[in-house]
Amino acid sequence: MDTHRDDVGSKIGMWLFLLTEMLLFGGLFIVYSVYRFRNPEAFHLAAEELNVFVGTLNTAILLISSATVAMSITAIQLKNKKLSLVLLGITIALGLVFLVNKYFEWGIKIEHHIYPGSEILALRGHGDVLFFGLYYFMTGLHALHIIAGLIFIGFVFVRIYKNKIDSGNFALLENSGLYWHLVDLIWIFLFPLFYLIT
Amino acid sequence: MSAHTITPEPSYLEYKGKYKGIFAWILSTDHKRIAMLYLYSIMLFFLVGASLGLLMKFELIAPGKTIMEAQTYNAFFTLHGILMIFAVVIPGLPAVFGNFLLPIMIGAKDVALPRLNLFSWYLYVVGIVLVLISQFAGAGPPDTGWTFYAPYSFRTAGNMLPAVLGAFVLGFSSILTGLNFIVTIHRMRAPGMGWFKMPLFPWTLYGTAWIQLLATPVVGVTLLMVVAERTLNIGFFDPALGGDPVLYQHLFWIYSHPAVYIMILPAMGAISEIIPTFSRKSIFGYKFMVASTLGIAFVGYFVWGHHMFTSGMSNTAMYTFSLLTFLVAIPSAIKVFNWVSTMHKGSIDLQTPFLWALAFIFVFMVGGFTGLVLGSLAADVHLHNTAFVVAHFHFIVFGGTGFAFFAAIHYWFPKIYGRMYDTKWANTGLVMFFIGFITLYMPMFYLGFMGMPRRYYDYDEVFHGGNIVSSMGSWMLIAGLSIIIINLFRSARSGPKALADPWGGKTLEWTVASPPSLENFEEIPTVTKGPYDYTQD
Repeated sequence: MDTHRDDVGSKIGMWLFLLTEMLLFGGLFIVYSVYRFRNPEAFHLAAEELNVFVGTLNTAILLISSATVAMSITAIQLKNKKLSLVLLGITIALGLVFLVNKYFEWGIKIEHHIYPGSEILALRGHGDVLFFGLYYFMTGLHALHIIAGLIFIGFVFVRIYKNKIDSGNFALLENSGLYWHLVDLIWIFLFPLFYLIT
Repeated sequence: MSAHTITPEPSYLEYKGKYKGIFAWILSTDHKRIAMLYLYSIMLFFLVGASLGLLMKFELIAPGKTIMEAQTYNAFFTLHGILMIFAVVIPGLPAVFGNFLLPIMIGAKDVALPRLNLFSWYLYVVGIVLVLISQFAGAGPPDTGWTFYAPYSFRTAGNMLPAVLGAFVLGFSSILTGLNFIVTIHRMRAPGMGWFKMPLFPWTLYGTAWIQLLATPVVGVTLLMVVAERTLNIGFFDPALGGDPVLYQHLFWIYSHPAVYIMILPAMGAISEIIPTFSRKSIFGYKFMVASTLGIAFVGYFVWGHHMFTSGMSNTAMYTFSLLTFLVAIPSAIKVFNWVSTMHKGSIDLQTPFLWALAFIFVFMVGGFTGLVLGSLAADVHLHNTAFVVAHFHFIVFGGTGFAFFAAIHYWFPKIYGRMYDTKWANTGLVMFFIGFITLYMPMFYLGFMGMPRRYYDYDEVFHGGNIVSSMGSWMLIAGLSIIIINLFRSARSGPKALADPWGGKTLEWTVASPPSLENFEEIPTVTKGPYDYTQD
């Protein structure tokens, strides 16, 4: 019935959605600040236990993947479908590598009995419980966003492959790129808060 | 204008799409059909919530156990709150009348993102299903009240998880509706409709949409944290693990107070449409109405602390929140003055929607003034968690939004169904509903002032008299409600055919057929006049 298409409108919609995502994490940043303010010592020491190398690696991975998704948008504008698909493929692969790193990072912590509800963690005091509680909750929620972003980009990948997205109609690809940048942006805040402020 | 009223296009109720039967409705991306899906689901849950309220009032007719156990009563007020707030009042005006009328009032064929619009309704249904699951599965229904206060919300044996997740999903649905409306208003206004030629109902939807967008995510993540508390025992809000329950209250009310303005702003918008139409006069102070809408939306963000005056806050914070709470009264009062000034020297036509609007102004003022009583620090210490608070917010939420909802449905009914209702029955229902409402809630101000706490199934003998009056009011209210609903249902089926513009309204929805065709306008109109221009007549 409707052949109406409004690329600007759908992009405004995406930006508004990203705003809600920021506020979603905003609530958590408030919680983080309150508990950091109340337990400065414990947060300081606990942060030193996280592996800065893996954190830095993951930051680099996400930054590169953000670049590749942006390049993929340029590629489709230049009518280079194949390059666009390759770049999106790299983005997806990098997202998966990020998740694998996260898996091992969490795995090692859990092996050391550092997880919410662990009795050994509880013995270490309130500050540690809250720090690692926030760590798991915030990086976990972020990981869920990575997974959602990967599904979104995978969907776009198929649309490009089937020529449903091309140089004249790529708002959906741009939106998936925007979403991926947001996921990246949130990590840029999580990384210093948990790994670097020691 | 009358050339548009007769159209060969089939109406949105009749056209044949790709799908048949019920699928023609639940798979339709037409904003009008989605609005009707919302209308019927919201009416259903409103009746469920109202029945729970009726039963609670019956329990309170005498001290001690009357018809239910304490635990049942706790479960009842929890479900009543969750359903009424998240499933009825918050989506009420935006999702039903906003969906139906926003595109038509700004001269568009649909909302900007029709598929997202349908998706929002599905999320709404999923949210409701989760809330209902919480009632029948697991260890027993939730008993925390709709606020899910920590730490009780993760200590109680009640089945909290689905209820909290349900509230989260309903919030998500509300965010997407708001997002859709903002994009629609920015992108879809008809040529010539500048921002200040837009009718006031779309303006209030715009303000509401921003609140939905900016406040809901915070409660969303807070509810997720409660889920994590229950499943993983993280300790965010658990004092035993170093968490802070008062922080939960802050995060909860950062959303849930602005949510009150999600409820009331579109209600004010609907009233601002009705009053000029039946006064045959342009709205008084149009720009002030717009500014007060945005003012309420903005200041409404910074008053959440007034829910927590007895929870433990610094004195500076308390003064500030109290002052800001008083400030919200200013734009609200501007609206009331402007409604009354619009009627002044107007040619008033006392039709049912106008009577509802008058009733709205009265109950809204009572609700507003008692809100100021609660916003004063010293008075609040006395009145906090008493029946006074319950009476206050029922005057605003039920009296304000509920009355505006009924005003709106009686105003736009001919447009929606293309048929007219029976005015005599509608007015009878209104009078009974109004008397019932006042009888039900007025005594609760007195009871609360005398010290009767809220949320108990039992009370001291001294409160008996007031409670009897209040409970009898609930019967009157339900009787009036039944008349209203039966009248509307009968008229939707067999009422006399309505004209395109039965009330002499001047906004764009009255220029299209009743009921409108699938695409609303065969030709997108060009707007040259302000929304309430009666100078031609």
